[in-house]
Amino acid sequence: MSQSLKPYLTAVRYSLTAALNLSNFSSQEVERHNRPEIEVAHQSMELLLNPMHISRNEHEQVLIEPSVNSVRVSIKVKQSDEIEEILVHKFTRFLEQRAENFYILRRVPINNNYSISFLITNQHTETMKVNKLVDFIIEFMEEVDKEISEMKLFLNARARFVAEAYLSEFVY
Amino acid sequence: MSKDAVNVFKLVKTPIYSHCFNHDNSVLAITTENNVLIFNVSQPSKPQLIATLADHDKTVTAVDISVHGRIVTCSQDRNAIVWEPLSDGSYKPTLVLLRINRAATSAKWAPNGFKFACGSSARIVAVCYYEHENDWWVSKHIKSEIKSSITSLDWHDNGVVLACGGTEGIVNVYSGFIKGLDKKEQVMNSPWGEGKYPFGLLLKQFYQGSWIHGIKFNASLEKLAFVSHDARLTIADAQNNIATVSNPSGLPLNDIVWVSDSKLVGAGFDCHPVEFSYDPNAGAVKFSKNIDKIVQSGVAKNISLDNFDNEDDDQENGQQTFGISALRKFKDMDLKGKVSVVDNELGTTHQNTITQLRVLNNSTVSSSGLDVCFFH
Repeated sequence: MSQSLKPYLTAVRYSLTAALNLSNFSSQEVERHNRPEIEVAHQSMELLLNPMHISRNEHEQVLIEPSVNSVRVSIKVKQSDEIEEILVHKFTRFLEQRAENFYILRRVPINNNYSISFLITNQHTETMKVNKLVDFIIEFMEEVDKEISEMKLFLNARARFVAEAYLSEFVY
Repeated sequence: MSKDAVNVFKLVKTPIYSHCFNHDNSVLAITTENNVLIFNVSQPSKPQLIATLADHDKTVTAVDISVHGRIVTCSQDRNAIVWEPLSDGSYKPTLVLLRINRAATSAKWAPNGFKFACGSSARIVAVCYYEHENDWWVSKHIKSEIKSSITSLDWHDNGVVLACGGTEGIVNVYSGFIKGLDKKEQVMNSPWGEGKYPFGLLLKQFYQGSWIHGIKFNASLEKLAFVSHDARLTIADAQNNIATVSNPSGLPLNDIVWVSDSKLVGAGFDCHPVEFSYDPNAGAVKFSKNIDKIVQSGVAKNISLDNFDNEDDDQENGQQTFGISALRKFKDMDLKGKVSVVDNELGTTHQNTITQLRVLNNSTVSSSGLDVCFFH
């Protein structure tokens, strides 16, 4: 882990720990509903807290939007060139299509600025340990960079091999 | 703090939002999903299930037992039910005419046990009492100045003054005086109002600015303690004297109780109770100690907030050479017979948020959490 990544992850960890204090809150707008307040547009602004935006650089950012019973965490994964953009897109899409198995994963990121979003509700903090959830997200952030660069290396190696195999046809 | 006597009840696997003991601490009621379970705990070693109260069809949010043994439960299905104990050990339910159209969030019997208050997401506090003529529980509404959900409320010992707070970030103190049920003598010389206590009168208002999680009156000091989402404990009184202290871990407390005039215990999202001391003469409150927080070294690393620093150091060491931490693990197993347990188990009895505290006697406090139920 590089030196500048650590304070970034520490900041995310503290912010997440502070944000993940959720309670079971039944909707005060709609009768007999219990819904993640961060996901619905409504008049009760007092149920939402100020969003926290943590940014390491223009390519790596985290947005944490807390509310009384749910927290939305959006992560922008590093994409320095076009290959990485494609890889991140494919990778997050692969995960999002299997969102129900990941429990806290949101099917689509909140907007195009972010690669992937998580939605953590009070049900998740009740059935899972909060500190483990935080660990999971931090680990995800660590791993996803590694994964993408590994994939890029693999892709480059493969491209080189394919190019060599193809171009060797033309060698006399 | 491991010397604190902790008696653990592992009762259910679902979150317990609320629990309550009866007057002699022999019966315990806990909420679990849509039901309330009643246990006989006269033998603390083996609690026995007496009854299951299962008339609600949504999550039960609060349970309270009156001095007479009546149980009130309220739920997100917008109803409250009063359960009358029968001689054969079962309970007879009576639906309360709450007349609210959103979830009921909290319920609390008045000290005399003849009425209770029920807070709701409908921005209403319903004060309910029994009407003999019709044989049902009716309610009167307090609506004034409530702009958001009520999450917590508490009666003063005089049974008239009622404090409530919620996501609005304001603590309101009302009069819950019911004609024919309460007498004027109850509020004689009370500092909270000026002689007259008509029902629903707003007596006092404290602005906090963040969600209120728990409120408790101290009648002998005429003080009101409340905890809010900004991780602060505030002690206020009718003369607007306000003392405040922050939870050292920085996480909000969910509930607060007065153990004595000089001691308060709060608990919440940091999974262990915290003790505060209050000096009634100086009117100052300060943090005194963490309860039930075992800081183990070597074997299991704690990841709770205040030893993040240690944890980070460990990680750093681990990073430099991955092999060494593995080596250390096997060395530990070999030399000391230690098996490092799950890496970041919290060093506390509760492994998840504590939702409610109750005072059992001068030295004992019970707590219920999202994982299991205990008392200390």
